[in-house]
Amino acid sequence: MSTDTYDKPVPEITPESKPYWDGLNEGRLRLQRCSACGKVRHYPRPLCDACYAFEHEWIDASGRGRVHSWTVAHHPFHPGFKPDLPYVLATVDLEEGVRMNAPLRGVDPSALKVGLAVHVVFERATDGLTLPAFVPAG
Amino acid sequence: MSLKGVGAVTGIGETRYSRASGKTVLALQLEASLMAIRDAGLDPKQIDGLVPYAGSGVVAEDLATAFGLPDVRYAASTPMGGASCVAAVQSAIAAIAAGICRHVLIPIGRNGSSGARIGMRVQHMPQFRTIGEFEMPIGAIAPAQLYAPMARRHMELYGTTSRQLAEIAVTVRRHAILNGNAMMTKPLTVEDHQASRMIADPLRLYDCSLESDGACALVVSAADLARTMRARPVNVLGIAEGHPDSPSAITQRTDMTRLGIAKAAPRAFEMAGVSHADIDVAEIYDCFTYIVLCQLEDLGFCAKGEGGRFVMGGTIGLGGKLPINTHGGLLSQAHMVGMNHIVELVRQLRGEAGAAQVENARIGLVTGYGDMGDGSIAIMQRGAHA
Repeated sequence: MSTDTYDKPVPEITPESKPYWDGLNEGRLRLQRCSACGKVRHYPRPLCDACYAFEHEWIDASGRGRVHSWTVAHHPFHPGFKPDLPYVLATVDLEEGVRMNAPLRGVDPSALKVGLAVHVVFERATDGLTLPAFVPAG
Repeated sequence: MSLKGVGAVTGIGETRYSRASGKTVLALQLEASLMAIRDAGLDPKQIDGLVPYAGSGVVAEDLATAFGLPDVRYAASTPMGGASCVAAVQSAIAAIAAGICRHVLIPIGRNGSSGARIGMRVQHMPQFRTIGEFEMPIGAIAPAQLYAPMARRHMELYGTTSRQLAEIAVTVRRHAILNGNAMMTKPLTVEDHQASRMIADPLRLYDCSLESDGACALVVSAADLARTMRARPVNVLGIAEGHPDSPSAITQRTDMTRLGIAKAAPRAFEMAGVSHADIDVAEIYDCFTYIVLCQLEDLGFCAKGEGGRFVMGGTIGLGGKLPINTHGGLLSQAHMVGMNHIVELVRQLRGEAGAAQVENARIGLVTGYGDMGDGSIAIMQRGAHA
């Protein structure tokens, strides 16, 4: 879809987060790892909260995780999401020890449970934007 | 130095609440402010401190200009969303304790119903930058959608049920009907709640607060002056704010069932020197039913995971062990970002709460909650009046 007809909110990408968004466009889920102490953090931010080092590298996450919690969205708080209703938003514990929110596709809401194994997929939103989502593993 | 007993609420004001005020937010706030200042028996020009709500667009300069204030010595704001109002009282009392000012006006007002919708407003707030970049694009737009996973996690871990959340909505509605200035005036049953449409599972329509137009305001004064002012003072015995781990995104919080108020509550109780059994009435910030349940746990009224059982059986209704939200709260009176909770607590402790009066209310508690988990708490006591 071209950028002009996309009607959902788009991220305001910063120099710190650009490698994350670039990674999604390449089909990679990238996380920051502190170069000094090795702590992995997410969402992207400038500073390590454990050792206060700015220096970090980007690692490729395995993409595997487990459901920590979820909601099923039924009300359109933004007109752009109205056609998607209802949709599952999962909070997922990634294997790397960090958590993220993303839609969970292909699951009947009644089958959702804490600990459900999922893996990441990549959904092209516009020519320049790819968003993460999850599907059940295996 | 402790803030115990340093400040008192000496004036309260509240406009009518509605879906469409037809007035500007500034005019609404001035109307409520004037009521609060007159209730305190002051002339507006005696106000020397201002702590306006950061999210309303009205700033200290607007208030100083409107009232022609000659000597504002303290102006601050406490941008913590729904935790702002109680935190503003803390800010005011800290300034009073430091000798900076004596009478602080704390107004709030909004066209929350007729103005911009909450889901659209959130995207432009700096404290939601993280959510704005990483969660709104994937469809987590509004507080209901961001808070629902906290409630779901609580249900999965502790067996909390939607009917237990309904008990909160139904109880608070019963109180609103007694109020006379509440937007919701029809009785609500657990079945009505269960039949209401799903907003963000597990949160149904009647788990969610209102969007309202209106304003309310407080005057907080130095306690040594308060004794001889017009109205009976309500003394602040303990007050604190607390911020959750990872305040900018719930997703990243180690324990998403623990709110910032869990850190603030022990400080406020210790400062006040009172125990949970001393609390006669509690006005608990209720943007969503689940947030009430979680705060009751984090405040220490019951253990983590016991909130669902705690709210059943009439405990939180008038006549129960811990009557909450005796005005109808954000769920059924109006969404005034919790300032209406402070106004109601003051009425209760003055003995001016009408049909919802808790008999012999001497000590009460009010909380704020906002911006994905910030918390604030004040413990207040009916004061002596000369």
